[in-house]
Amino acid sequence: MLEKKVGKQTTQFRNPPVIAATASIVGPKEGKGPLAGYFDQTVSDEFWGEKTWEKAESKFVREALAKVLSKAVLAASSLDYIIAGDLLNQCIASSFGLRESNTPFFGVYGACSTMGESISLGAMLIDGGFAANIVCMTSSHFCSAEKQFRYPLELGSQRPPTAQWTVTGAGSALLTSEGTGPYVTRITTGKIVDMGIKDQNNMGAAMAPAAADTIYAHFEDTGLAQDYYDMIVTGDLGSVGREIADDLLSSNGVRVGSILNDCGLMIFDKKQDVHSGGSGCGCSATVFAGFLYDSLKKGKLKRVLFVPTGALLSPSSVQQGETIPCIAHAIAIENVIGGSLAP
Amino acid sequence: MQQVMTKEEYKKYVDKKSPDSKLLLNMSRAFLVGGLICMLGQFFMNSFKAMGFDKDVTASLTSVTMVFLGILFTALNVYDDLGRFAGAGSIVPITGFANSIASPAMEYKSEGFVMGIGTRMFLIAGPVLVFGISSSILAGIIHYLIKF
Repeated sequence: MLEKKVGKQTTQFRNPPVIAATASIVGPKEGKGPLAGYFDQTVSDEFWGEKTWEKAESKFVREALAKVLSKAVLAASSLDYIIAGDLLNQCIASSFGLRESNTPFFGVYGACSTMGESISLGAMLIDGGFAANIVCMTSSHFCSAEKQFRYPLELGSQRPPTAQWTVTGAGSALLTSEGTGPYVTRITTGKIVDMGIKDQNNMGAAMAPAAADTIYAHFEDTGLAQDYYDMIVTGDLGSVGREIADDLLSSNGVRVGSILNDCGLMIFDKKQDVHSGGSGCGCSATVFAGFLYDSLKKGKLKRVLFVPTGALLSPSSVQQGETIPCIAHAIAIENVIGGSLAP
Repeated sequence: MQQVMTKEEYKKYVDKKSPDSKLLLNMSRAFLVGGLICMLGQFFMNSFKAMGFDKDVTASLTSVTMVFLGILFTALNVYDDLGRFAGAGSIVPITGFANSIASPAMEYKSEGFVMGIGTRMFLIAGPVLVFGISSSILAGIIHYLIKF
């Protein structure tokens, strides 16, 4: 009866959900980066008129929902579900930001891979006939993430060159059962992969094996040619992690180095003092909702494999000396349905 | 996917792949900024001495002044930038100690005066105080025993 499952980890949709609209809101630093022109809104102050960073992050979530609905000209009452998550303890940015949304809500946590997890689940719900309109979204905030995972912002400390910079921003995508592309055609759900890295200042190296594992599984399950996609975009591996993922894939016979890109490398310029690149749930979410969606919509990109990556650690696990388990979820987005796998 | 490396091999491979901190550059910056902070301290010390304070009062006044400056520049959002540039050069002097107490106090103000500022103020400096005071007591006991 598993008519939509392909191989071990992949789902091939029969009625591919449409990504009808996306919205992205970013903070001041992201607004000065190379992708600035693709975001719907840049906020100049990290507090955004709120008293705390946590409240500001919730506002990013609230506004990203309002924006995607207004862009799609859809009433909030037509929404079947919202699937969202973030990095703050107990996912409060999402649940507090959406407490007035009056819409059935699933809270998910996949660390920085959350956008991949929410789109995967949303797409399955729509293809399964359980819903017609779902908003999948996530957020992160540099200040609230630093406070929870690292040190106070004003502490005068130095970061190693492998460290990454949490993106301030929220991205949302409206998935619908009807419309004209881009479509979510298939997903490959990642496994938890832990290669024994303990250094939370080198998350790219911790997450790279998970990204490579999912990308490898995607090609293995689907039998697609390695040049099928115009671009394979990981979430936040940074410069160190991207290189490692490329190496790991090559040694398994998957040579995609020339099309392998990373949201963490795209969102900031090297001059912005972000060391290895951007990170956080908002990193892949805003790059997808901004640059990638725009390029798909305009036909500059036709087939994209979007692979948000997450490090599943907590401040306690780091202090207790645990290694960092990681995950990556792959989502194939195409302008036209009917790849080589059509049933 | 076939794991081509064991965890140990992967760790070695990652160490090789990850760029190292620029030690020489960081050390020169630390030396420069740390030296300047100490010079400033010496300036205050000489000035207080010239005002006619005795040795103990001069030392206390110098420390208090430097701590005040550390907190002032933390509050002005400058000390974190200095720290990013200078590393240990601005962490090790007493101004860095002041920064390590003032920065969590600012950060956790949103959680209130008691559970926020009160509880979290020594988040970074706590271990320094615990082990600093413990080792000074130990040193005192040893000193006491050797004297007899």
